[in-house]
Amino acid sequence: MVALFPLTLRAAETSRRGKRLVGPVDLSLDGQGLCVVMGPNGSGKTTLLRLMHGTARLTGGSVTWACDTDTARHAQAFVFQRPVVLRRTVEENLTYPLRLRGVGRTPARAAARDWANRVGLEPHLTRRAMVLSGGEQQKLAIARALITDPALVFLDEPTASLDGRAMREIEAILHTAKADGTRLILSTHDMGQARRIADTVVFMLGGKVHETGPANSFFDAP
Amino acid sequence: MSVGKTSWQTTRTGLVSPRKTVQFRTKQVTGGSAIVDLWEGLRHAFWLVVTLDAELAEIALRSLRVTLTALVIACLIALPLAALLAVRRFRWRRATIALLNALMGLPPVVVGLIVYILFSRSGPMGALGLLFTPTAMIIAQVIIIVPLIASIAHQSLRELWAEYHDLLISMNVTQMQKMRTLLWDARRALLTAALAGFGRGSGEVGAIMIVGGNIDNVTRVLTTAIALETGKGEFALALALGFVLIALALGVNLAIHWIGQTERDSRW
Repeated sequence: MVALFPLTLRAAETSRRGKRLVGPVDLSLDGQGLCVVMGPNGSGKTTLLRLMHGTARLTGGSVTWACDTDTARHAQAFVFQRPVVLRRTVEENLTYPLRLRGVGRTPARAAARDWANRVGLEPHLTRRAMVLSGGEQQKLAIARALITDPALVFLDEPTASLDGRAMREIEAILHTAKADGTRLILSTHDMGQARRIADTVVFMLGGKVHETGPANSFFDAP
Repeated sequence: MSVGKTSWQTTRTGLVSPRKTVQFRTKQVTGGSAIVDLWEGLRHAFWLVVTLDAELAEIALRSLRVTLTALVIACLIALPLAALLAVRRFRWRRATIALLNALMGLPPVVVGLIVYILFSRSGPMGALGLLFTPTAMIIAQVIIIVPLIASIAHQSLRELWAEYHDLLISMNVTQMQKMRTLLWDARRALLTAALAGFGRGSGEVGAIMIVGGNIDNVTRVLTTAIALETGKGEFALALALGFVLIALALGVNLAIHWIGQTERDSRW
């Protein structure tokens, strides 16, 4: 696995049409556990995640990795709040990122079956992804993000529109991924969820980082 | 054609005889004009098909060959162009899309005239000797249907790109991979674009009449044959050819839908 960390943001900011959306942000993240970016709606959580991932344009400051940016981009995946599934079967969705990386059809299909099994989607392997429920689609999106064995996965409020059961199932998948050594950076405005899963917390308000630190000290003495 | 007179030539089976000798029924109306009996045209078409009329088969096959070849070439140009316009931002993108949309209404006769001038003996490509050949007809059809297919395909691909944009950007896919993904995942919508192109091409008469010349056994296709027979007053034969053309278009559409499995399982 590629050594991405520490990830360092120095006075990083992004603006659109003259309006600053996020920043300036100074932040340093190491490669351990699950980091939760918290904050109310509109505080800039999604934009910060995109800024770190490289899909939001940096208009000031810098975002640096332990390796070069191209290598870092290829070692990351992103899961969106509204799951984006390809208009293909579940299996084809799972094999898609592997096929893009030149993995052969047979090993890609074997990996797809394995991951479908891990996230409980094996019975749906040949179904079209579009007909799955919201929770199943999000599980598929997470499995598709993890199937390439990335060093880091960004998750933008992955359980925001899901019920309690689907939320717990997804949290279980994230726990397993974390145990396997994948670094996870997840945004949420759900305090309960943050308490359950966070190792470190980044608290945002009005586009700026207000507090960072280990989850225990953040929740015990905010 | 005999106006105001019913003249029949029947075979042993009782059906109307082949068109070369047929006298078809017309009804005299005031002012000397005639209303063609549609039923007669349909029967005539049926006769031509069941007797495997050699001339009809040749014309129909040439029609199919010209239109399907034009369709394949047009798809090879229009679909990647539509995908490129969907995924790539460049300076003249909006103008290109507007131009493609405008060219959907390109008058075929004008296309025919331009191709005629280009390939005429004194034209810039006259040395190729393509005028009055099926190749010239294919070129004219390609010019006519490329904007249509590209515009319809672009609409579908643009919507799909809006859906996939964030995912594919985050996956770091190349421009070519984006285009291939969109083209594959929108293939059923693209089928509709291709069929619209086929419809326009198979019904085209103005341009191919000019560049093909409607030469018997060389460039005569169903539409130009219909125009010819109508000009001669052979309305029943023209109608019969028209029904054959409609049947061919329906057959090709159904075959493509069947091959594309557009209505398989719960897929709509």
